[in-house]
Amino acid sequence: MGLELVSLFNALPGACAQGLVWGIMAIGVYITYKILDLADLTVDGTMCTGGAVCIAMMMTGHSVGFSMFCAFLAGVLAGLATGLLHTAMGIPAILAGILTQLSLYSVNLRILGGKANQAISLDKYDLLVSLRWIRDVPFYKNTIFVVAVAIILLVAVLYWFFGTELGCSIRATGSNQNMSRAQGINTDLTKILGLMLSNGIVALSSAFLAQYNGFVDINMGRGAIVVGLAAVIIGEVVFGRIHGNFAFRLASVAAGAIIYYLVMQIVMWLGLLSTNDNKLLSAIIVAVFLAIPYLKGKYFTRVKKGGAGNA
Amino acid sequence: MLEIKSISKTFNAGTVNEKKALDRLSLSLKEGDFVTVIGGNGAGKSTMLNAVAGVFPVDEGSIYIDGTDVTKLAEHRRAKYLGRVFQDPMTGTAASMQIEENMALASRRGAARTLRPGITRKERDLYKEQLKILDLGLEDRLTAKVGLLSGGQRQALTLLMATLKKPKLLLLDEHTAALDPKTAAKVLDATDRIISRDNLTTLMITHNMKDAIRHGNRLVMMYEGHIIYDVSGEEKEKLKVSDLMQKFEEVSGGRFANDRMILT
Repeated sequence: MGLELVSLFNALPGACAQGLVWGIMAIGVYITYKILDLADLTVDGTMCTGGAVCIAMMMTGHSVGFSMFCAFLAGVLAGLATGLLHTAMGIPAILAGILTQLSLYSVNLRILGGKANQAISLDKYDLLVSLRWIRDVPFYKNTIFVVAVAIILLVAVLYWFFGTELGCSIRATGSNQNMSRAQGINTDLTKILGLMLSNGIVALSSAFLAQYNGFVDINMGRGAIVVGLAAVIIGEVVFGRIHGNFAFRLASVAAGAIIYYLVMQIVMWLGLLSTNDNKLLSAIIVAVFLAIPYLKGKYFTRVKKGGAGNA
Repeated sequence: MLEIKSISKTFNAGTVNEKKALDRLSLSLKEGDFVTVIGGNGAGKSTMLNAVAGVFPVDEGSIYIDGTDVTKLAEHRRAKYLGRVFQDPMTGTAASMQIEENMALASRRGAARTLRPGITRKERDLYKEQLKILDLGLEDRLTAKVGLLSGGQRQALTLLMATLKKPKLLLLDEHTAALDPKTAAKVLDATDRIISRDNLTTLMITHNMKDAIRHGNRLVMMYEGHIIYDVSGEEKEKLKVSDLMQKFEEVSGGRFANDRMILT
């Protein structure tokens, strides 16, 4: 038992780092799912596109910074495609996302030069993060530190952006489209912008993940939306009671992703499930957390409830 | 200020549910006109307001606001001319956003949304002053989420937002119908005060004939997609509910008897 506990503790920093990387992705999902009130399935494709672009660029001699920037742009384009399908062509958001996601599979294969996966060597290339840089490296090189700083920067930028006139109009669109149009907001444009921003962030997370793993795989985005939703929901359940501002909400989403990976790690350590059961487990986690508020409302409503009523 | 020239709108054309909602409707409003609109269910009152607001394109005819042809303008681009309050208190405000954020959104109606701050300190003071006009205590709850307000409070706030930036035309679509009588009276009172303060050109739909007579300087009655009665000035002042009822019976050949309940 003692030795096994050691193996769990050895695995925790890795789970933490992975959670942080997926935390970036979850922040992207938060923008569509929570702010825009759209379920965007594009991300399952974008979660591979970002990594594919990043690694393909690095292998052709570009710097890690520029490669990650291009990964971000690739995600932005994917979001634009879904946005146009949804707004300009009137396709329901879910279906628009599925269409883009499906086409991204082919696009991703092209980016990877027709191969299903591509490794990138930590020794030959100047990567920003890696699963080998979790311990025994100076703290500024530590992946947990690097990704945490990236999240802090991201949260700061998003906190600023969603406080601007443009950011407020995106939030208003998600809250009430009729009201937004009555106030002169072009809701098609705000939806497209939100989808672009969201997918850009997801692609950025994908670029981090590919470097972290040391390879990109055509299937690495499969089920990403579920992991993202899990993080958003866990963040909400765990930290929702705390009264915090928008930056706190974003940070709690990232924290939700970390909790998700820690829980997964512990479940694996208990030996009840194998890695093959990963996706089943994440689907169950999301289903349970989505169902709880509904079932609670249906069967455990307290008769007397204070708060807002309709006059 | 508003010129509606023979507009028509048919919903679900070519199906069994075909409904001619507007039938060559024309209406002209002078600056400062406060027109109340009455009519039975399905007369086309809301459809007319929505056509002016650009919620859907009209099949024929044209609409001018302050001399500008807006017939083909998208809803969000027409918004700069219009202030709108809806029947459903949930429609006019963003529930998940704060009172001051809602007001800031409204004060930017018609302006480009840029990367400047969504709300400034100076605005907050202004909004606080504006909210005092409503006399609902909202001036002390600037950062409260609008979703926490009652229906009446939300309607009052929507009214304030609609007039925060003086609109060329104020569209009120039965904005007190969903409220209890006491709250409705309060919101109507605020409506009157704001309209006369800013001398706003207004179209107000109402189901309540007494309100239609008491408010505004002109009254129009709609039936089957167009205007059948248009009265203003002294003649309107003398109008009684019974006169309107009689008018209804006249044009509808008794069919309106069933609508009596809703109309009084």
